[in-house]
Amino acid sequence: MEVAKPIQQNRLAALEKDIKKERRQLAVKRFFSNKTVLAGSIMLIFLTLFAFIGPLISQFTPLQIDPANRLAKPSSEHWFGTDNFGRDLFSRVAHGAQVSMGVGLSVAVLTAVIGMVIGLYAAYYSTLDHILMRVSDALMAFPDILLAIAIMAVLGPQPVNVVIAVTLAKIPVVARIVRSSALVIKEQTYIEAMRAQGASSWRIIWRHILPNTVSPLIVQVTYVFAIAIILEAALSFLGAGVPAPDPSWGNILYDGKIVIYNAWWMTVFPGAFIVMAVLALNLFGDGLRDLLDPHSNKALKE
Amino acid sequence: MLLQQQLDGDKPEQKDSCAPLLQVRNLKKYFPITSPFGRLKGHVKAVESVNFDLYEKGTLGLVGESGCGKSTTGRSILRLIEPTEGSVNYRGKELLQLNQSEFKGFRKDMQMVFQDPHSSLNPKKRIGELIEEPMEIHKIGTKAERMERAMDLLKRTGIREDQYFRFPHEFSGGQRQRIGIARALAVDPSIIVLDEPVSALDVSIQSQVLNLLEEIQDEFKLAYLFISHDLSVVRHTADEIGVMYLGHMVEKAPTDDLFANPLHPYTKALLSAIPIPDRKQRRERIIIKGDVPSPIDPPTGCVFHTRCPFVMDQCKTIKPEMLQQSDGHQVACHLYN
Amino acid sequence: MEDCPLLEVKELRTRFSSEKGTITAVDGVTFRVDHGETLGVVGESGCGKSVTAESIMRLLNEKSTRYDGEINFKGRNLLSLPEKKMLDIRGNEISMIFQDAMTSLNPVFTIGDQIAESIIVHQNLGKREAMEKAVEMLRLTGIPSPEKRVHEYPHEISGGMRQRVMIAMALSCKPSLLIADEPTTALDVTIQAQILEVINDLKEELNMGVMMITHDLGVVAEVCTRVAVMYLGQVIEESDVDTLFDSPRHPYTRGLLKSIPTITGDRSQKLHTIQGVVPALDNIPKGCRFAPRCPYATDQCISESPLLEALENGQKIRCWHHEEIMKREGVTDVITTAT
Repeated sequence: MEVAKPIQQNRLAALEKDIKKERRQLAVKRFFSNKTVLAGSIMLIFLTLFAFIGPLISQFTPLQIDPANRLAKPSSEHWFGTDNFGRDLFSRVAHGAQVSMGVGLSVAVLTAVIGMVIGLYAAYYSTLDHILMRVSDALMAFPDILLAIAIMAVLGPQPVNVVIAVTLAKIPVVARIVRSSALVIKEQTYIEAMRAQGASSWRIIWRHILPNTVSPLIVQVTYVFAIAIILEAALSFLGAGVPAPDPSWGNILYDGKIVIYNAWWMTVFPGAFIVMAVLALNLFGDGLRDLLDPHSNKALKE
Repeated sequence: MLLQQQLDGDKPEQKDSCAPLLQVRNLKKYFPITSPFGRLKGHVKAVESVNFDLYEKGTLGLVGESGCGKSTTGRSILRLIEPTEGSVNYRGKELLQLNQSEFKGFRKDMQMVFQDPHSSLNPKKRIGELIEEPMEIHKIGTKAERMERAMDLLKRTGIREDQYFRFPHEFSGGQRQRIGIARALAVDPSIIVLDEPVSALDVSIQSQVLNLLEEIQDEFKLAYLFISHDLSVVRHTADEIGVMYLGHMVEKAPTDDLFANPLHPYTKALLSAIPIPDRKQRRERIIIKGDVPSPIDPPTGCVFHTRCPFVMDQCKTIKPEMLQQSDGHQVACHLYN
Repeated sequence: MEDCPLLEVKELRTRFSSEKGTITAVDGVTFRVDHGETLGVVGESGCGKSVTAESIMRLLNEKSTRYDGEINFKGRNLLSLPEKKMLDIRGNEISMIFQDAMTSLNPVFTIGDQIAESIIVHQNLGKREAMEKAVEMLRLTGIPSPEKRVHEYPHEISGGMRQRVMIAMALSCKPSLLIADEPTTALDVTIQAQILEVINDLKEELNMGVMMITHDLGVVAEVCTRVAVMYLGQVIEESDVDTLFDSPRHPYTRGLLKSIPTITGDRSQKLHTIQGVVPALDNIPKGCRFAPRCPYATDQCISESPLLEALENGQKIRCWHHEEIMKREGVTDVITTAT
């Protein structure tokens, strides 16, 4: 018995490796056959590369003022032109990409984690549910942008505060998605089976309900990511976001607004990047929904 | 081996082999119905004073139609639903008096197999993990030992061991039910509550699972509480059968006795309503009229009097007692007073 | 008209195109239903019994489904009729009842409205007359005080009542063919007995043909006059109901009959089992489809697909070795193949 065991364990380990490899291949195949998610991913990779490599290949820093070269048209020297202080727009948009996408990603991760915890516990404990959901009702009654402006007014214009404001505005949305799918999972027989085993609430919530709510959560979070980018841009545009002179897509647009008739590049380039980022995330999210949904057989399309 | 010791160790020795393993007395479950404003509007009387004994290696069948309270009875015993009243005595220990953490130790001894093999296994878990989980919850054995036992159980219930890492959706309904049975066996229970274990399965798969249940009963020394709406299935598996109607047990008898000599008019109607797949055995049917009354407002007196072909005046007012007619054959009906 | 059968299905083949390729759910099914008879179609899940019914009604998504063969209803081939003509036949000349009566009824309309609707559509009656007719139909199915019930909503009545409503709706236009797809599977036995009785009585009264799809051989024995047993998209045995239960010939039918627990059989014995599981439709065995699970399978069974052959007594069977099997199992009255 003592001798036989390691052999069986080895065989099992080999088996596990095989099956995991097979699954991985299937996942890769599905990923590449899903055109939407593929397009979204390519655009996201491009944006990430732009945000990190852009500042390196640009010969200007985003804050370097060159009054002689104000509002220069896009040229071989200034690829995206310059702004009303003569700062290089390419460099500013690339740095702005870091800020905007950074804010978006932080918001996405924070809302996912906090929203998930709230959603799971609200679904499991009905008293808690009543309290948390009334609070979230109240938060959702405010338009996102007004709520965010109010929070920014209290906290002051800082990139970190933008993350806090947008996260607070978006947590109820994510919490509700998690809660509603957790409520369905909670009623499944396999949860009852776990209770019949004497499993603790902790085990049921984290080991059994959570894995079944991950797919809708991930999909929702990609949308929150996109909305966070828009909200950040809107806040900065209104002057309540990332403070000047640090670049973000929103405040570049704000600067460009004054000179919109004689310097189109100042609105077109940051605007185009906002559109691209949001489009990429939405495509990615839509594709992911098809990919993760076990009921849709589209995922298997050859 | 540590695992085996842990599995056997804390199982109390049965002193008297004739004493029942599980004694259920006056089990009652009312579900409150409240209005949207939280005011109590009434009760669904799902189970009303159910009594039975379950013996070691024995099988008690609970039959009845939907809404008769058979599943609620099974779940109340496992305290998946807290019963309103009554006593459940397991090896001399009163289970309903224990708090949840004290009761957790007893959950190991009482397992359940569910009707729907599709929703009773977590789709995100590998079947190996599913079988190991009960052992993990009760902190039995080491990781390697649990794995070993899970493989053995898979093999025993007719699933190839190399399927260990597969997910439930890769199996057919019958195979999933086998996995559910393996999971119930993992902690070496003494009682398994089988809640309609074969009703969701195809005919040719049904017999495979029924045979498996029969085999493991001897092998693992199990007592079954077999809940089913299908009298022919229960007849094949149970030693004793309790017939339930609207929360009441109306007749209880050893299986052969019940089929040879059914006493309660409801049992008679139930038996005659079963279509027999044999043309030579056609018989006169007793088709009872109407539907089962609402359990919120059950009929007074005998609950069956609204549909009973032999209804008498006293049936409408006086509730019949469960009385012994012959050896082990009990019936609650005024016809036999 | 007399020698023209009510429904004649000839070599019906229904194929779905799906992501995984083409799946043949029904493969060469042939049977007929006459006036006043009940044909039972039995089989396990995935055998194609429901798809056959849906093909007759042409309820499947026409874009991804391909039909071959013929479905002759009163001499007209339904497969070649335009969709518009089918609308006249569906619910009017051929009606169908489903297993799940709750989801087959619309929860926002009253029962009366729903029955009346099909009467108005097919019979050009006014609302008042249609309602009266609905009440009459409900009475026929044995619902107490139907004039009150017509004003109730589906959620207000019990499962057995809902199935009666479905039957009333299906029969409101006096169809000549009723297709019942597992009509009693979701019901309790005492209610099942009531519903089967209703279907049988109405069949006699309206002289309908009934196609009863079920997995329950008990139901077949109870109400059917003829039976077709299906396995993996094919009819493997067809005969009148007495012959089927007295001398089943196909190993699958024999196994099935032996494997169900009954209330009369010997309960000390272990149940007979058919080994293995039904193969998936995208992985159909090459020769005889039952061969991988058949205890009598030979090399011939594995490589060559048997045809449905007719015997002298009207029984039809799809098996290479049924004569030897019957001999080996000690059945003496061996009926030879008609030529």
